[in-house]
Amino acid sequence: MITKRIIACLDVHNGRVVKGVQFVDIIDAGDPATQAARHAREGADEIVLLDITATHEGRATLLDTVRRTARELFVPFCVGGGIRSADDAAQVFEAGADKVSVNSAALADPTLIDAIGRSFGAQAVVVAIDARRDPQAADPVRDAQVFVQGGRKPAGRRVVEWAREAEARGAGEILLTSMDSDGMRSGFDCELTAAVSAAVGIPVIASGGAGTVDHFVDVFGRGKADAALAASIFHFGVSSARSLKEELAKAGVSVRLPC
Amino acid sequence: MRVTVIDYKAGNLTSVLKALRHLGAETIVTDGDLEPIESAERIVLPGVGHFAATQSLDATGLTPAIRTAVARGVPFLGICVGMQWLYAGSSEAPEQPGLGHFSESCARFSESTEKVPHVGWNSLDVRPGSRLLAGVQPGEHVYFTHSYKAPVTADTAAVTQYIEPFAAAVERDNVMGVQFHPEKSGATGLKILNNFLRWEGTGNA
Repeated sequence: MITKRIIACLDVHNGRVVKGVQFVDIIDAGDPATQAARHAREGADEIVLLDITATHEGRATLLDTVRRTARELFVPFCVGGGIRSADDAAQVFEAGADKVSVNSAALADPTLIDAIGRSFGAQAVVVAIDARRDPQAADPVRDAQVFVQGGRKPAGRRVVEWAREAEARGAGEILLTSMDSDGMRSGFDCELTAAVSAAVGIPVIASGGAGTVDHFVDVFGRGKADAALAASIFHFGVSSARSLKEELAKAGVSVRLPC
Repeated sequence: MRVTVIDYKAGNLTSVLKALRHLGAETIVTDGDLEPIESAERIVLPGVGHFAATQSLDATGLTPAIRTAVARGVPFLGICVGMQWLYAGSSEAPEQPGLGHFSESCARFSESTEKVPHVGWNSLDVRPGSRLLAGVQPGEHVYFTHSYKAPVTADTAAVTQYIEPFAAAVERDNVMGVQFHPEKSGATGLKILNNFLRWEGTGNA
């Protein structure tokens, strides 16, 4: 039986793991290679490394960090941040990533999704969408808006439509971050996740808001997520992926155990 | 332990090479040079992406060299699209023939409410006697990412269920294939690659 994936996310800033609350108030949480290895050892099904400084400071992804992190990692490894071209993606793959996640560059030029997919396969392309509900809209979930630049600027696209276009262009997965929930540890945006998951035929990874085991049970249930991303729940020893998955199994969620 | 890894420009080889080297193998990569195939001790054909990419194996003349190596008993492991290529073909690229070592063809998952591609960790139902999957316990999971799959036949070494049962691994004599990614499947995947690397062969190599 296919299992729900628990993905450890490392937000990286200047080569260090950090975690922000709603993308500000950044706190240092360690070395990416060490953290990734620890998460894999403790049962994470996948590792995502997001270079959160790359886009708005115009820096290339830290290839050296990727190389060091990938060296002894034998679970799927996705890297995002600052990937603007198929060449940028090729360098990240060469450094040891299995997937790349593209966000603002794909919004600026959606053919980037096609280009990376053609060269490396759809399974290697994750389209990351930073979403906010639109409180002014008649349906704040259906009309949720895509944001760029770390959640600061609206992209002028509706989330559900952009997810559909990404799939049509050859994305293999959608990484959906609720900017309303991110870092708040008050739960995923299950309504928004379910709306996107129902709109596309590819897996949806839910992100933003993980704080308790029940939040994960919820997003795999009514949120219809195929995977969920966690960062702050793992940092600072709150919980390991293994203990999270043991709790999820008790709640009836199919997960990879033993791991 | 020397392993010839075939690069046919479908996806990247980094993860597969890393895992093989981690297990102590010396890796030689060829993208058209026949000598590393002709002198191969073991061959790995990785592969992600589209079945049509296997066309470059024909274009570079690697296909007949692989066929000869397989016939002389060289242990061969195909991964993902590399496994699918061992069959007669795939409906993903009907004009492109596979090696035909296994006579069946690969096809897309049936229409379903489940998502395609099949992405994530799924369990293996290992058939008795598999050498490649020796030591894999019930309930161990491996990582898949694919939209096309091989049918369950007498040569199937492990069955996985997603939408329908399909061949997660195939094995006959010195020719083996896995639909999942052992290089991305944690300790279970490394155990499987290690089985391949340590397998002594059929004796006619």
